[in-house]
Amino acid sequence: MLLRWFLGFVGAIFALALLLSLFSGLKTYFTSPPAPLAAEEFHKEPKELKLSSDGPFGKFDKAQLQRGLQVYTEVCSACHSLKLVSFRDLKEIGYNDAEVKAFAGSGKQWKIEVPSINPDTGEATTRKALPSDTFPAPFANDTAARAANNNALPPDLSLITKSREGGAAYVYSLLTGWANQQGYRNEKGEELLKKFPDAKTPPGLHFNPYFANLNLAMPPPLTTDGQVTYADGKKATVDQMAQDVSAFLVWTAQPDLERRHAAGLAVVLFLLVATILGFLAKQQIWHGGERPLVRETGALDPKNQAKTRRAKGKAGVAG
Amino acid sequence: MSFSWAKPYEPKHPLARWLDERLPLPRLVYGAIGGGYPVPRNLNYFWNFGVLAGIFLTIQIVTGIVLAMHYYATADGAFNSVNQLIMRDVNAGWLLRYAHMNGASFFFIVTYIHIFRGLYYGSYKAPRELVWMLGLVIYLLMMATAFMGYVLPWGQMSYWGAQVITGFFSAFPVVGEPLRVFLLGGYAPDQAALTRFFSLHYLLPFVIAGVVILHIWSLHIPGSGNPTGVDVKDEKDTLPFHPFYTAKDGWFAGAFLLVYALVTFYVPNYLGHPDNYIPANALATPAHIVPEWYFWPFYAILRSCTFNLFWIDAKLWGVLAMFGSILLLFFLPWLDKSRVRSGNYRPVFKRFFWLLVIDVIILGYVGGAPIVWWRTALGQIAAAYYFLHFLVILPLVSAFETTDPLPNSISESVLSGDAAEPPVAVAG
Repeated sequence: MLLRWFLGFVGAIFALALLLSLFSGLKTYFTSPPAPLAAEEFHKEPKELKLSSDGPFGKFDKAQLQRGLQVYTEVCSACHSLKLVSFRDLKEIGYNDAEVKAFAGSGKQWKIEVPSINPDTGEATTRKALPSDTFPAPFANDTAARAANNNALPPDLSLITKSREGGAAYVYSLLTGWANQQGYRNEKGEELLKKFPDAKTPPGLHFNPYFANLNLAMPPPLTTDGQVTYADGKKATVDQMAQDVSAFLVWTAQPDLERRHAAGLAVVLFLLVATILGFLAKQQIWHGGERPLVRETGALDPKNQAKTRRAKGKAGVAG
Repeated sequence: MSFSWAKPYEPKHPLARWLDERLPLPRLVYGAIGGGYPVPRNLNYFWNFGVLAGIFLTIQIVTGIVLAMHYYATADGAFNSVNQLIMRDVNAGWLLRYAHMNGASFFFIVTYIHIFRGLYYGSYKAPRELVWMLGLVIYLLMMATAFMGYVLPWGQMSYWGAQVITGFFSAFPVVGEPLRVFLLGGYAPDQAALTRFFSLHYLLPFVIAGVVILHIWSLHIPGSGNPTGVDVKDEKDTLPFHPFYTAKDGWFAGAFLLVYALVTFYVPNYLGHPDNYIPANALATPAHIVPEWYFWPFYAILRSCTFNLFWIDAKLWGVLAMFGSILLLFFLPWLDKSRVRSGNYRPVFKRFFWLLVIDVIILGYVGGAPIVWWRTALGQIAAAYYFLHFLVILPLVSAFETTDPLPNSISESVLSGDAAEPPVAVAG
């Protein structure tokens, strides 16, 4: 009894602390409401992007991944690393061994060399990439990357479509999203610089409404149609290049996607059949269990067990 | 087992008899899950979630042991060992990792349903108080294990989650900050914290398995409860666990694993947070630090306290409220003194129970979403209700409520059908 009074008192104290928090919070809100933020009112949600890898039966479009690789190699890799991906992984997007070897090490397609040690002198040097290497980074370390990029660090792209809200659609939207801030209006028709004169993009940054705080250190990398000459002859519009590299980055983040979808189908079908069989077995067993006063039925019924023993004895089966 | 009609184990094969005289292990198993454990015949499907929790604990231990073979517990190597080695190079490593990651979530889904089942049907009441309390110990261990496991990939949410959660300890006066530094092995999460979290993350599941044995042992003394809450009176109220409940648990486990497989194979990252695919960075705080979904209600309670009351500051109120919200469940058997166990026969209790369910869902929503004034206010009302529900409303309801008439026995409620039961019980 005493315990209940005590705990009731404790509960009342906690409720009091919480309700006082509620009133003080509401009072603060109504006496000094928080100022609206440009980043909240002018930030745009990603555009829609349809990829062949979407959905439960999605598969990669290998031609598109190869074009995306070309965009990454010729444009993105100037600043962004792809540290988690190996050249040998490229076999999964439709290249054979010789092609992978040529891509990594011929110096024609992939130009960045791998840090190494001179076997004669022990001094630091570089060598041509091998299929077993991961993609070498454009900068030796983060400090060098920042020094070359106005103190901004270009993120590694291996997992970019998994580490950003919106995934590939976000990457695609960002790549095609740079806008002129002067006179920029949101969907409601409000003009950014009229409503938030302080939100003017600082020098060295670039206005892009798909980026969380609207101002991005990266200048638009894909600027002109035909910037990349696709090996498969596809017309390289800015939009096409952005889509292709986004698709490629879905693959770098989830190389398991096709295997996952295929294994999932097998597992789901197996479980479906097993569950149906299990359900029928349960119905069979409980058919007796739900009948009044019958506790044991089927195989467990002593009568049936006796029958089984007799039958086994006749047939000469042991057990 | 307390029922006299539980059939004893009778080994027939000479080898089985030989073993039974020396090491009665088969006898133990038979008594726990075999024909030797009579179970009320009227259990509904909410009683399946205990077995399901055991299945998910097993999945977590098996996948976890294999993952540990490939994981590097170093601040430099952890992120890459998960996202490069395991996800790309280990055979079916992506499957192991996604199964483990989503297995944790499904373990909590199952456990929450199991706990709310217990709350509704009064499973915490005499003579099952210890079953309930051991269950809460398992739940606390699960929370600790899940939190430390989430730190291991050493992504941004891992790192900042560790920072925030261990920061709770610094809310306590005087001893708080030294305690935090002691627990972390440093001033901020780093190598020392990561290694000890890995060690404990590997240890605690086996502790959980041990407490699970105690949980089941203490359950098997009074036997399982049932939806009517009426005690088992004689043999016709029960069925042997095997084959009746093995069959029922079996097909339902298949159905539930189907849902788990759909998530694991088709939307494996749906329940996670994108920021955890960014390597840990002590210099860049994520815009919204949120724990995994199963901690959201408690995170909401923590964040709801913003007022310095008496000599205790808001942060400490938050931490006390968060720990208190779980610890108060240990007192539940003595807070609810109604002699009727099942919510089916408690019309007033039943309404408050569903209010609590909605309340916890609201808390979960508030805890997972970014802070906005109205959401904070909603969370504060919901958190206040949570405490009032258990510590004030429940004792009062149990003292003043007029309950509906109970059926005379389990078999009567089963065999004469719903029509013979009190009408209110059917409406629920």
